[in-house]
Amino acid sequence: MNWAEIGTYAAAIFLLVGALFTLVGAIGLLRFNDAMTRLHAPTKVGTVGIGALLLASMTASFVFGEGSFHELLIMAFLFVTAPISANFMSKVNIHRKTCVPPPVPPHGETWSTLVKDEIDQVPTGSQN
Amino acid sequence: MMPADDLFSWALAIAFAAIAIAQLLAMFRLVIGPGTADRILALDTMVVNAIGVIVLLGISQGTRLYFEVALIIAMLGFVSTVAYARFVLRGDIIE
Repeated sequence: MNWAEIGTYAAAIFLLVGALFTLVGAIGLLRFNDAMTRLHAPTKVGTVGIGALLLASMTASFVFGEGSFHELLIMAFLFVTAPISANFMSKVNIHRKTCVPPPVPPHGETWSTLVKDEIDQVPTGSQN
Repeated sequence: MMPADDLFSWALAIAFAAIAIAQLLAMFRLVIGPGTADRILALDTMVVNAIGVIVLLGISQGTRLYFEVALIIAMLGFVSTVAYARFVLRGDIIE
């Protein structure tokens, strides 16, 4: 068994793992029954699936052609931005009240996602 | 044909089918989604799955042309998700 054969097996295994994870993420997106629970499936599992597919693409480029690490760029970008967009979508859930509301903070304050009226009352000359 | 190449072509076909099914499921959630965040999440999932399809296309054709396409779609997907979420949250995208 030479290196090309080992690389081909590795690329095939990465492809299968990535396909499985992506499919499981989409099934979780469809099957879960709560908005906040539904947020978990594609943003974690699906991201790992796409990362495995990009790893398969890198391995295949090393086996079948001249190798390159270009896909690491997409992988790093996806892994950095997936939690940020998930955080934004959970804030949308809190804002639209499609989930269990978070517990009220002490001292009569409220969460910054929910205070829209106070932000509107800031005089226009004082922002930034 | 070597068994490794055989396994690789089977894995490629299975990955294409799995991502197509995942895209269909995400589209179903986009249609039925009860809340706004569910629809934004379905669109984000569809963008990520589209990156996967493009990467698989690049593997199957053996070219390096699709790398920039996948990178630009990843960036546009993140920016559009944040824009949708900010529009719902603040009523405006750039304040």
